[in-house]
Amino acid sequence: MRIALFIGCYNDALFPEVGRAVVRLLQRLGHEVDFPLDQTCCGQMHFNSGYQDACIPLVQRFTAAFAGFDVVVTPSGSCASMVRRYHPLVAGLAAEQGVDTGLAGLVAEVSPRVYELSELLVDVLGLTDVGARFPHTVAFHPTCHSTRLLGVGDRPTRLLRAVAGVTVVDLPHAASCCGFGGTFAVKNADTSVAMGLDKVDDVLATGAEVLTAADTSCLMHIGGLLSRRGSGVRVMHLAEILASTGAEA
Amino acid sequence: MTAGPEPAATRRLRPEPTFRGTPPFPEAARTALADGQLRQNLGRATTTIRTKRAAVVAERADWEQLRLSGAAIKDAVLRDLPALLDQLEAAVTTAGGVVHWARDAAEANAIVAGITRAAGATEVVKVKSMATQEIELNEALRREGIDVWETDLAEMIVQLGHDLPSHILVPAIHRNRSEIRDIFVDEMVRVGRAAPVGLTNEPGELAEAARLHLREKFLRARVAVSGANFAVAETGTVVVVESEGNGRMCLTLPETLITVMGIEKLVPTWRDLEVFLQLLPRSATAERMNPYTSLWTGVTPGDGPRAFHLILLDNGRTDTLSDATGRQALRCIRCSACLNVCPVYERTGGQAYGSVYPGPIGAILTPQLRGIAKHPVDKQTASLPFASSLCGACFDVCPVRIDIPEVLVHLRGQVVRQSEASHRLPTPEAFGMGLAAWTLRTPRRLAMAERLAGLGSRLVGRHGTIRRIPGPGPIGGWFRSRNLRAPARESFRAWWRRTGSGRGGES
Ligand code: SF4
Repeated sequence: MRIALFIGCYNDALFPEVGRAVVRLLQRLGHEVDFPLDQTCCGQMHFNSGYQDACIPLVQRFTAAFAGFDVVVTPSGSCASMVRRYHPLVAGLAAEQGVDTGLAGLVAEVSPRVYELSELLVDVLGLTDVGARFPHTVAFHPTCHSTRLLGVGDRPTRLLRAVAGVTVVDLPHAASCCGFGGTFAVKNADTSVAMGLDKVDDVLATGAEVLTAADTSCLMHIGGLLSRRGSGVRVMHLAEILASTGAEA
Repeated sequence: MTAGPEPAATRRLRPEPTFRGTPPFPEAARTALADGQLRQNLGRATTTIRTKRAAVVAERADWEQLRLSGAAIKDAVLRDLPALLDQLEAAVTTAGGVVHWARDAAEANAIVAGITRAAGATEVVKVKSMATQEIELNEALRREGIDVWETDLAEMIVQLGHDLPSHILVPAIHRNRSEIRDIFVDEMVRVGRAAPVGLTNEPGELAEAARLHLREKFLRARVAVSGANFAVAETGTVVVVESEGNGRMCLTLPETLITVMGIEKLVPTWRDLEVFLQLLPRSATAERMNPYTSLWTGVTPGDGPRAFHLILLDNGRTDTLSDATGRQALRCIRCSACLNVCPVYERTGGQAYGSVYPGPIGAILTPQLRGIAKHPVDKQTASLPFASSLCGACFDVCPVRIDIPEVLVHLRGQVVRQSEASHRLPTPEAFGMGLAAWTLRTPRRLAMAERLAGLGSRLVGRHGTIRRIPGPGPIGGWFRSRNLRAPARESFRAWWRRTGSGRGGES
């Protein structure tokens, strides 16, 4: 299958290894990956921070970049939920302001074809065992946007548990928000950190070597706290684990 | 029922504190976060109620249908509000009640004071009510020389402690039993019957102390003030739902009953109560059914109050109604479920929100009631829609399916627009957001920015970790407790170009 990759701006700039892992994984599974170079950002940071007008050109660009593809994958539950749930609202705004009356139609075509990685693997490709090997103890953090906004359910953990050699440990209070929240992390830094430190305590209590999730943004926050504490727990995107064959470790 | 004479020396109440002067949320939260006792009290209380709620909600296979019905009924009410209010007024009047209309807090407070004075009373007993807290009725009556006695246990703890509420349902949730005991011992004696000698912090003893203290007030009071959980438009019936029975005392013993009710508290028909009397107790106290549900229709000679006044309060509600996205906040039935699951509320407590409505619902209701749809709001109010990580736990539990994250983001947009309109130069944040949006508009600009960042990360940090970025501003907030991975020296985009379609291996 030909699959277009939407990487997300922060993965692109900060965590390119996540994108490379997605490419490696999908190619290993026999699919062709395309990366439309016209893509930039889903607009979530601006949308959630109240700069909704600024999202209009970003949504226009997104739909134009991915219009020709049947299946788009993104290694971010958060970006996927922005595209599927809020791009229609931005299109509505564009129509209301008379900026772009055709955007709603394009969004209605493109956004339902955008899948978060675990949705693509489980629902579209019908896989839970992707042939990965990762002989480590791993805790999984179900991020709020992937579970509550997108409803990925247990797809990520089904994929994770099927990895050879992995020991998955239960994270206490898993459903609690880690406190990242986009610009919340800096606008309400103290509250964000208080939430994050509780998450860190839970992670450390599991004894896991690796903390994983379907969103790099939350991992950047939890990982930043772990790193400041001098903890040896590594954070890795789920895609990196699913792409592993054991040869890397 | 005959009321005794006023006691010779009613001890006057001290001024009540208000939320005025609360700093913007991030600052208020910082203070709260530093209070270890508060964190502990709240963490314990919210965890308990959260777990119980989940269990009783799970018993109902039709919970989602109930939620949908609740939302649909409330939406229908909001659509037909003027006609339904007229219907309610007619029904209450026919049943012997008097209906008053209050545009704002000042009007409502003046009406209550006027009725109380006309009844020859200098004190009132109160049923727990959010509407009267919203209009700061207690302080307004005190200024008029009328004493107000809160009779809900938690509300009484807040009042006796000269404290502010921190939860919709359990206003003293931030207090533990030892703190409550100390408040009873120190304060009861100043305003009535003293706490029993040797009072301990056993729940049974504390409840008995409250009972004894309140009894003399119940038996003496001529006027009671309540709120309303619901009012049925077709019959004029008003409904108060409670756990303790103290509300029932206020609703039945005094000669005059005054109810202050937000205009959105209506349901069209008696039958609609069926939905809400199932949704509310499970969401609020995690009970299948609450212990006391009082319903009354006007006045009934020989039974209960001889005079009934219903004050219909607007106070920003019609402004809220005019906002197509924001108006769903008016569906709220004040169950507090959203507070109890909120990870922000759990850590900061309710007082940090600077309003009688804290937590997620407060963050969307307070700014709207304060008129954000009409005019720029103060800094504290403007900070509320940002007091959320948008995790969505509130929407999941809300019995009337208010999409709180959606409204938060919508209100953030209003704050940003108002800020843009009132600043000639962009604020640093607006400038940063504008620059980011400009960069993200084309892949060429984004690639350029990534190249610059990649070069920059060769200069800062060892092993690709940044521990600090010099300079002030909001970004500094990240680095107080967190490190940041340095931007990649080669972005994904650059890697893709270099290796060609991603087939070039992993170098
Ligand atoms: S917003 Fe919903 S959950 Fe929160 S208090 Fe109101 S009804 Fe309850």
